[in-house]
Amino acid sequence: MDFTFLQSPTIIQISGWIMAILTLLIFSFLYKDNPFYKFAEHLFVGVSAGYGVVIVYNNVIVPNLVTPVMNGRAYYLIFGVLGVMMLFKLSRKLHWISRWPLAYVVGAFAGIQIIAYGQSDLITQIRATIQPLWVAGDPVATLSNWLIVFGVLAGILYFFFSKKQTGALGVVTKIGIWFLMISFGASFGYTVMGRISLAIGRFQDLLEFPVISTIVLLIIIAVLVVHTIMTREPVAEE
Amino acid sequence: MKKEIPLLITFLLGTWMILEFFFHNIPHVDQITEILTNGGMVIAAFTYILGVMNILQVNANRIKHHQDRPYKWTLLVGFVLMILLGFTWGIDVDSPFQWMYNTFYVPLQATMFSLLAFYIASAAFRAFRARSVEATLLLVAAVLVMLGRVPIGEEWIWSRLPDISNWIMDYPNMAGKRAILIGAALGAISTGLRVIIGMERSYLGGE
Repeated sequence: MDFTFLQSPTIIQISGWIMAILTLLIFSFLYKDNPFYKFAEHLFVGVSAGYGVVIVYNNVIVPNLVTPVMNGRAYYLIFGVLGVMMLFKLSRKLHWISRWPLAYVVGAFAGIQIIAYGQSDLITQIRATIQPLWVAGDPVATLSNWLIVFGVLAGILYFFFSKKQTGALGVVTKIGIWFLMISFGASFGYTVMGRISLAIGRFQDLLEFPVISTIVLLIIIAVLVVHTIMTREPVAEE
Repeated sequence: MKKEIPLLITFLLGTWMILEFFFHNIPHVDQITEILTNGGMVIAAFTYILGVMNILQVNANRIKHHQDRPYKWTLLVGFVLMILLGFTWGIDVDSPFQWMYNTFYVPLQATMFSLLAFYIASAAFRAFRARSVEATLLLVAAVLVMLGRVPIGEEWIWSRLPDISNWIMDYPNMAGKRAILIGAALGAISTGLRVIIGMERSYLGGE
């Protein structure tokens, strides 16, 4: 079927209006939880669940189950049967059947993760930490490498709970906490920047449709004002 | 037998996946691992379907008991619409499914996440009060990273701020992050081993 009409200016305009309306419905939560937000929230959950099912079917089940079986590798059906067994989790009496596929997934991915974590997060990170502590003619690089080596050691020592962190160990672990705090602060700043750029993106989208955005915004404000007045509990007289 | 067979499956699969790394040069080992991994992905995909079935079950119950009916219907309609469009006309770039994705899913998701920008600001106000050395370090690192990544920091305050922000990200931040990564990796490896040898069996549930 031909869907080129979805690229027509009218449909693009309608899409823009829908996007602006949905954006404002979600932003209405900044006032308080309200029916507009609840509507958009439930729509989001429904649409994303449906989207996920279709994508999982097309990207995982078709290439890893349907195609191999169609090509004559019938033994792949075992995984389909195990997958269906997983759905027994919803049954009160037969939920134990779901343990088999669950055990398969847990076992396989535990094994894969041990190697993956060992390679990427353990060996690679330790190798990257082994830095020269004296860089001739570059005091900044020397200081930076000291910070990396000492910071990593102090941070790891902070996570070592088999010995009471007092005395010299206490001092080092205290410095380890400082490094962790800098790390948390930097990550926080980074996250804030990411969220703010998302918010700016949404406002830019709204500015592309100023008329519909203004109308919808005014309607939301009017309805919220009326809703607040009507649902306000009378103040008890003393 | 309700627990013994699952424990055996976990042990065999986990051991195979670890040993495969060391013996993948032996003929057919790679192919068998590929089949087992693909199978794991198929079963994991069914866990997604299980989750969606659970959402539908919970919401259908709510509709039955007249709780938040209009919202629950909205959820179900959104779900069914996406499923119908995706399975009927495919997921090509110019399909109605992609149109729904771009028109509904993308703005809803982006706005949901951007809401956090507002709440993060109020959380920062509470978290960033410099009451101790630790809180002060958190505050200074966050402020420098933020100012170093916006035009106001470089053009109005100090032109070297982006360099300082990058240095914080590359050295003190990296040291802390690396300590966490190494600690978490050790934890993940030991938990994985406990699961494979059957010491950790909470994933099998009670009974």
